[in-house]
Amino acid sequence: MNAGIRQIRTAAEQGIAEMFAAIKGELPGDATERQRAFDVFAGAGLPHRRIEAWKYTDLRAAMRAAKPLASTAQAALSQGRSADLLAHIEARRLVFGNGRMIESLSDLADIEPGLTIETFDSVLGRDAAALAGDALAPANDDAAVALNTAFTRDGVVIRVAEGATLRRPLHLLFTVQGEAAAVYSRVVIDVGAGAKLALIETHESAAGRDDQINMAIDLVVGDRAHVDHVKFGLESENTLHVASWGMRLGAASHLNTFILNVGGGLVRNQIFAECQGDAATLRFGGVNLLTGRQHADTTLTLNHVAPGCQSRELFKSVLDGRSRGVFQGRISVQPQAQKTDARMMTRALLLSEDAEADMKPELEIFADDVQCGHGATAGALDDNLKFYLMARGLPEKEAESLLIQAFIGDAVETVEDAGLREVLMLLAVEWLEAR
Amino acid sequence: MSLLEIKNLHVAVGGRNILNGLTLTVEKGQLAAIMGPNGSGKSTLSHVLAGKPGYEVKDGSVLLDGEDLLALSPDQRAAKGVFLAFQYPLEIPGVATMNFLRTAVNAQRRARGEAEMSTPDFLKRVREIAGHLGIEQEMLRRSVNVGFSGGEKKRNEVLQMALLEPQLCILDETDSGLDIDALRVVSEGVNRLRAPERGMIVITHYQRLLEYIVPDVVHVLSKGRIVKTGDKELAHELEAHGYARFTDEAA
Repeated sequence: MNAGIRQIRTAAEQGIAEMFAAIKGELPGDATERQRAFDVFAGAGLPHRRIEAWKYTDLRAAMRAAKPLASTAQAALSQGRSADLLAHIEARRLVFGNGRMIESLSDLADIEPGLTIETFDSVLGRDAAALAGDALAPANDDAAVALNTAFTRDGVVIRVAEGATLRRPLHLLFTVQGEAAAVYSRVVIDVGAGAKLALIETHESAAGRDDQINMAIDLVVGDRAHVDHVKFGLESENTLHVASWGMRLGAASHLNTFILNVGGGLVRNQIFAECQGDAATLRFGGVNLLTGRQHADTTLTLNHVAPGCQSRELFKSVLDGRSRGVFQGRISVQPQAQKTDARMMTRALLLSEDAEADMKPELEIFADDVQCGHGATAGALDDNLKFYLMARGLPEKEAESLLIQAFIGDAVETVEDAGLREVLMLLAVEWLEAR
Repeated sequence: MSLLEIKNLHVAVGGRNILNGLTLTVEKGQLAAIMGPNGSGKSTLSHVLAGKPGYEVKDGSVLLDGEDLLALSPDQRAAKGVFLAFQYPLEIPGVATMNFLRTAVNAQRRARGEAEMSTPDFLKRVREIAGHLGIEQEMLRRSVNVGFSGGEKKRNEVLQMALLEPQLCILDETDSGLDIDALRVVSEGVNRLRAPERGMIVITHYQRLLEYIVPDVVHVLSKGRIVKTGDKELAHELEAHGYARFTDEAA
């Protein structure tokens, strides 16, 4: 009977389906898994506002047409500015063009003991089942994740062996070239028990480019492991960027993650995190600095499964022009996750009448001995504070800048590395000066 | 030329007339006390002089050194040397006091076409003034006024005033919320700033402050106008007999 009910497909959905039909025979990895994932997408279509998790980010309406799949990037790739920004940080840089790791531009020399770096397609060639995610698996039914699984072949698999401490941070630099395209990539990071990793992720593209980026990151943090992660979104104002994170935290592990969004046209960062081992700590910070018609959505689903874990979320949006900042956070505490300590705070600063903040923090608690809290605020700059600063001689713009820096300051402070905090504030000051 | 000349100033807030033809002159080197009952327009006067938004000037003029003050934005007034010590100094979480002080000093210098103050000079100057006012270095590392006591906030205002070296200081009820020790420290800080080229307006409800900061002239403000001017004895008279007699005269 159901065969008679057909989704009305948009041009973009139609385009995606045609591309999958044309390419699926060539894609490496488990073909059944690809088909399963594609069917998830085909059944539901692009996510739209009547799907609760995508309520504020209607991808179906935003995506007029599906871009063709990206061609293979060339070695002569411009690395833009994130390499300059991070010049003072002695990181091992892996450069990705159109989702594919470009070995000639990546620093693959003198790999430390305990670190392995392989391209995703080479891993798929050896292990077809690697296509099915690990930490991402709980999000298999999400359309963006499903599309990633259906199409992706490029990306990287990074393993840090048990007990290894990486001296240098890893910098994953993502950029694009050639005709604007759909870029799918998968990053798998497996951090062994007791290991330590600092990860910097930057995304950039030339002004005016309207690529459609879909990336998925599968991060497993082993017991007692420590991971610091910072993501910089610096792409063109016309870019569609959807990133899905699966994160799983082992016992007594520590994950500190931060996202700065200054670029992108429509950005969705969706995080599916699970505190699976006892006494894990998750810190999640973020800052949106948006203007024009930019739209950035951060959606966090955090599942406390194990007892004694601590989670902290602090997310700040500064919204100018006609921009829109979305934060959805849902923390679930399962019956066995006693002594959970979870706090979530999101604040938006609206700099214009036309900007919009949508914030939806949720708690879902099934355990009885927990401490959980959440809050959300939205408001304009305080005129009295502005007057106080101006009365001391600060011109209006400078007074506003100082107050906005102060507004995002405590979120930026959650980043552990002082050098990265400097880069974040530098980007903030640049954004403020361009206002 | 007088430092400050206010003529026939009419100001309304939210459609209500607060200042009703206020005329007042402050000379260079002069310390003028303005006293008046609650609601007489004291704070409105200080806010209008500093350029706070929300006040509608309906008539009259304010000249600083012969220049139209009302045409300037608050930051431009500050650069010209107007300083308002707030009755309720604001807390600014996330803005470190030192960063705030340096930004203010250099913003004013830039506006006047002067070179920015070097970091060593700036630090030396702040330490010197902070020492006079009994302000600990630890306080300067905190966010502006966050977690400061009432007395610390007022000392921080005087610190800013000393650092910015204004031409015209306006102290709006600086004595409110101060105990006797803090009052003494703050008053000494103000007295140290008295100078032949500098004018000061000390707005207060009580005569007590004027025991420590002795005025050259005392003006009584009532219903938005100066109704009586005298020497420091006038303050004692007000303390003894209250404002009623002057406010009745104004009515």
